[in-house]
Amino acid sequence: MSAVFAKLAHPWRQAGPLPGLGLTLGISLTWLSLIVLIPLLALLIKASGLGVHGWWAIASDARVWAAMKLSFGTALLAALIDTVIGGLIAWVLVRYRFPARSFFDALIDLPFALPTAVAGIALTAIYAGNGWLGHWLELAGLKVAYTPVGIIVALLFIGLPFTVRTVQPVLENLHREHEEAAASLGASRFTTLWRVLLPQLAPALLTGFSLAFARGVGEYGSVIFIAGNLPYVSEIAPLLIVIKLDEYDYAGATAIASLMLATSFLILFALNTLQRRLSRGQIL
Amino acid sequence: MNHLAKILLIAALSASAGLSAAKNTELLNVSYDPTREFYREVNTEFASEWKAKTGQDVVLQASHGGSGKQARAVIDGLEADVVTLALAADIDAIADKGKLLPANWQTRLPNNSTPYRSTIVLLVRKGNPKNIRDWNDLVRPGVSVITPNPKTSGGARWNYLAAWTYAAQQSHGDLGKTKDFLARLFANVPVLDTGARGATTTFVDRGIGDVLIAWENEAQLAQSEPAGKDLQIVIPSISILAEPPVAVVDKNVDRHGTRKLAEAYLAFLYSAKGQQLAAKHHFRPSRPDLVSPEALKAFPNVVTVTIDKAFGGWKKAQSEHFADGGTFDQIYKPSR
Repeated sequence: MSAVFAKLAHPWRQAGPLPGLGLTLGISLTWLSLIVLIPLLALLIKASGLGVHGWWAIASDARVWAAMKLSFGTALLAALIDTVIGGLIAWVLVRYRFPARSFFDALIDLPFALPTAVAGIALTAIYAGNGWLGHWLELAGLKVAYTPVGIIVALLFIGLPFTVRTVQPVLENLHREHEEAAASLGASRFTTLWRVLLPQLAPALLTGFSLAFARGVGEYGSVIFIAGNLPYVSEIAPLLIVIKLDEYDYAGATAIASLMLATSFLILFALNTLQRRLSRGQIL
Repeated sequence: MNHLAKILLIAALSASAGLSAAKNTELLNVSYDPTREFYREVNTEFASEWKAKTGQDVVLQASHGGSGKQARAVIDGLEADVVTLALAADIDAIADKGKLLPANWQTRLPNNSTPYRSTIVLLVRKGNPKNIRDWNDLVRPGVSVITPNPKTSGGARWNYLAAWTYAAQQSHGDLGKTKDFLARLFANVPVLDTGARGATTTFVDRGIGDVLIAWENEAQLAQSEPAGKDLQIVIPSISILAEPPVAVVDKNVDRHGTRKLAEAYLAFLYSAKGQQLAAKHHFRPSRPDLVSPEALKAFPNVVTVTIDKAFGGWKKAQSEHFADGGTFDQIYKPSR
């Protein structure tokens, strides 16, 4: 198998000091095709059974649009908040020493490990009108559970580890000398943050943002418990897919899935490009 | 390459060996959500009865989940020997789309293949503070109603049709007025859960809503738990006879060699013991004569219509009301 790829790969092979490009490229491409590309292709083929007209009828449906806007809107907002807070948490964990630091450090990964349904039920119990937090929030006039705000809360929870864990290692490798040099040259704290730290952290922040966002768009398990699931109000796109499946409308379900996939891919592709430019120092 | 082929061959062989290891003393019952407690007890009782009769040890397994999801799993290859689902439409789908049993499956066992039944009732809070007596109280402004989404929940479809029955009766069959009634009812629904259990949790544990539309068995079960002991059941003036049917999945039992066992299992549900267990778990027995009058006291008289008489059977009801663009999609205009 790999021999075939090695031959294929030959014309593009760059003269490098390390051997093994053919082998590793072969394995990577085969693996990516098997695990990612083929299932996605199957999805597109299933959706294509509808024809362009049928696909568009579903894609342009007002309820589908409302769900898409909700899914992408809440995922963007949650990823944005997670990036700011996650960056802050990473900073505190790396730069300061305080009691129980390693305990909090380990806590960050929990949302990764917890089954999402458990997270959804727990969050709903806390934020519902009769829950610990929900009770006070409702007195203050803010309803969280069973509204779009609840969706954002669930996505904040599951997205946080992505942003913390992508920024943390980069922060650990930053040299304090850069900040000291900036300070000794008369830069204000804000200037140091903006001109010295942020450009170095930006690629990692953006990666964390993309991961949290991608995870949030597709999240189903935790969200359905807290969202309320009202059409046009708090119904996420993945739920619409499940509803279509329950109607045995496999083509309709894959149509919505392909729409979500295309939108996610465009956004992630743009973010990736931006991220590459950032790390090459072409922006900022 | 030679090596790889050998490994693949061994993997394939061991996989097929694993498949054929499934014995003809194993039975998988694919069921819906609120029957968990019921079938746990049925399985224990049936296993000991079968052992006494044949000397054979049987392994009975039950899988539970939303009825529609379970049907889809069977169509997609979950090897159910028997299915015991929330409504006939879901087993129809297994017959239509999976071709795993004949289309006339529902005529094979007594009472439309329904060993136990239920109906749709209203569950309200302690003392009935909103004074809810019947379906028309559910469309009053300021009353908050909990019911799951009929698109994803079998129980919710029975709820919807029960409310429809009342509205159609009140408006003497006027379609526009009936739809308007359901639109007003669903405008009072703040949360659409995906399954019946989820809706019960929202109502009982989260304290959301003034009234829960529910299976009678689910409502009685909720009352028997600590968090729900103060809840009250309100019997509406008219409701629907909910018939959760059962069937042997022919293609699967013939492949597994479990037809005899599967048929005996379903026959057990119709036996005196099976009927008594159903009543104990809040289902209405289809043969009340086999159950003690004491146990029947839990089931008050309810005026009900049947799906066949009032809606022309599940196939018709499914496509008219719950398919894409059906009446549920038409009435659903949530308050923004």
